[in-house]
Amino acid sequence: MADIASPAVPPDPGRGEPVISLRNVSKNFGAVSALTDIELDVYPGEVVALVGDNGAGKSTLVKVLAGVHHPSSGTIRFNGQEVSLSSPSAALDLGIATVFQDLALCENLDVVANIYLGREANPWKLDEVAMEVRAWTLLNELSARIPSVREPVASLSGGQRQTVAIARSLLLEPKLIMLDEPTAALGVAQTAEVLNLIERVRERGLGVIVISHNMEDVRAVADRIVVLRLGRNNGVFTPDDSHNDLIAAITGAAENSVSRRAERRAARQEGHA
Amino acid sequence: MSSNPNSVAGRALDRADARLRQDEGLGGALRGFLDRVRSGDLGMIPVAVGLVLISVIFTGLNPVFLRPGNVSNLLYDCATTGIISLGIVCVLLLGEIDLSVGSMSGLASAILGVLWINHGWPVAWAIVVALGLGALVGALYATLYNRIGMPSFVATLAGLLALLGFQLYLLGSSGSINLPFSLPLVVFGQNAYMPNGLSFVLALLPGAALLWSGLRARARRQAAGLTGGAASVVVAKAAALTIGLVAVVLYLAQGRGVPWMFALFVGLVVAMDYAIRRTKWGRSMMAVGGNREAARRAGINVRRIYLSAFVLCSTLAALGGILSAARLGSASQQAGAGDVNLNAIAAAVIGGTSLFGGRGSAYSALLGIIVIQAISNGLTLLNLSSSLRYMILGGVLALAVIVDSLARRSRASHGRG
Ligand SMILES: Nc1ncnc2c1ncn2[C@@H]1O[C@H](COP(=O)(O)OP(=O)(O)O)[C@@H](O)[C@H]1O
Ligand SMILES: [Mg+2]
Repeated sequence: MADIASPAVPPDPGRGEPVISLRNVSKNFGAVSALTDIELDVYPGEVVALVGDNGAGKSTLVKVLAGVHHPSSGTIRFNGQEVSLSSPSAALDLGIATVFQDLALCENLDVVANIYLGREANPWKLDEVAMEVRAWTLLNELSARIPSVREPVASLSGGQRQTVAIARSLLLEPKLIMLDEPTAALGVAQTAEVLNLIERVRERGLGVIVISHNMEDVRAVADRIVVLRLGRNNGVFTPDDSHNDLIAAITGAAENSVSRRAERRAARQEGHA
Repeated sequence: MSSNPNSVAGRALDRADARLRQDEGLGGALRGFLDRVRSGDLGMIPVAVGLVLISVIFTGLNPVFLRPGNVSNLLYDCATTGIISLGIVCVLLLGEIDLSVGSMSGLASAILGVLWINHGWPVAWAIVVALGLGALVGALYATLYNRIGMPSFVATLAGLLALLGFQLYLLGSSGSINLPFSLPLVVFGQNAYMPNGLSFVLALLPGAALLWSGLRARARRQAAGLTGGAASVVVAKAAALTIGLVAVVLYLAQGRGVPWMFALFVGLVVAMDYAIRRTKWGRSMMAVGGNREAARRAGINVRRIYLSAFVLCSTLAALGGILSAARLGSASQQAGAGDVNLNAIAAAVIGGTSLFGGRGSAYSALLGIIVIQAISNGLTLLNLSSSLRYMILGGVLALAVIVDSLARRSRASHGRG
């Protein structure tokens, strides 16, 4: 269902309100428009894949939703309420959890401290035992291969760090979870585990935004595939759409599926009229 | 343990990975410790080695050095600059610096003298005003940093001059205000020692606390399906701590005993250590010092953390200034000038708190200042001029920074950040 005119179509009504809903969201870094008039809806229990070439603005979009960057214009609704995601803690408090592409872990702290960072249970007397048990439970759910959670994160490999970052995002039962290239550094088993995890999170009724360059993975888990190109929406696809169409939308080949579909749609509408 | 619901395949939750060496008992604890040291996690080791060396050398040159009376006196001198250094640890943990702590302490002593002696205020009010001004100055640095992005190095350098000017202005033409020796605060600063019985009992407390909390943590961990570690390790640590403290206290009891002021300093160090290691605030401090952006994205209020650290640092500097006025029996234009600033910063670094942020301990202020005072004291006993003292302290500081930098490199190559 690619459609440029209203790119973030709610595919089937009756799924209630979107968890998150963006309208005309733009973000400029000085003269660079990283995002222009982005529209995006994510429903509870839906996995939306965000794809696009390098520099398309995927990470910037995730950071806007995580409260790291403030949008230059546009509105964001969370569960129907207009929100201003003024800081990362505001986004976290709403229930938006993020695995950043650059992971954002504190290398000098150990795994447990990183997983619980900013969300420690007993502020005046940290409960290390409870935190460690919960950390192991989360990591085991992800089939993590981490020998010790009491080592500084600096001693972990890229894949292990990624697992820690994912475990952290699951800690507080979020309503929307965003994963920016979560499988980029992972081995075969962990990639499968993360895809499984996305399925499970979806079944629990969470909204999921996942960014990946791996079209296999994207097709395996996504309900909808939203394409960004040069900071703009460039079509919405389903996993069943053809590979070539998707690639064309990503790369922006002149004669691409999007333009063809738009033509077809226009023709259909004329037919109806 | 295999009966525990949390354990994996009969192994404790944290020992399930087959690649993990199953360190058990005292030997295992020792092996883990050596591993950490080899990878560049030196902690307090360099300063401990340094202290032993200093004691041996100076005692060899002049046996008076290690006499109980001299050690008591040395510890008395540690307290004031040590408290200032404790504040420095806070800002260093964030990878920042406060160069104005010396001036702040001098200003605090001037305020104490002017309000208390010249204006006849109750001493408590004078102290509150001095501490409050310290907090205000710290808040100003933090605001400059948070809102304008002014590097703490520059802001506090400006503060160094401005506060010094204010101190000179307050003291005016007289230049110095004497505090009467009969006043309790001055007695506290010059001649207040703990009763030997009390210091002996207090020396038993840390070991007992360590034993109790260690065994309790061990039981809780095992109940939760984690390895508890060997009880023997806990007992050995507690015993070593108790023996060490009791030996020191009994030794000092042969002279005048433990100075109250030093006890206050140690109390503050213990409290700060707890705050850094066991509270959410301390965890946030470490996180901001380690990776500011990651801390922000984890929802930590980074600005508030900077504010708390700078306020704490300046307030402790003011407290150190008040106590040093009591120690000297006067508030003078020289208070806080000279080497107070550098000693306080050097102590934290010598004690093993990294200049690069995110790594360090409250105890580094304690050990670092003892090293510095021991060197000063030893050289004074040898009748060596302050020129030599400065050169030697400069060398020691350089050595400490070299050790810090090398350890950092070694950690990087061992993948320990
Ligand atoms: N902090 C920033 N300052 C300036 N430009 C930025 C910043 N972050 C991203 N950009 C720019 O925004 C664009 C989109 O980047 P990004 O969102 O990281 O792309 P993607 O994740 O899709 O590869 C790029 O052109 C990048 O240079
Ligand atoms: Mg990216």
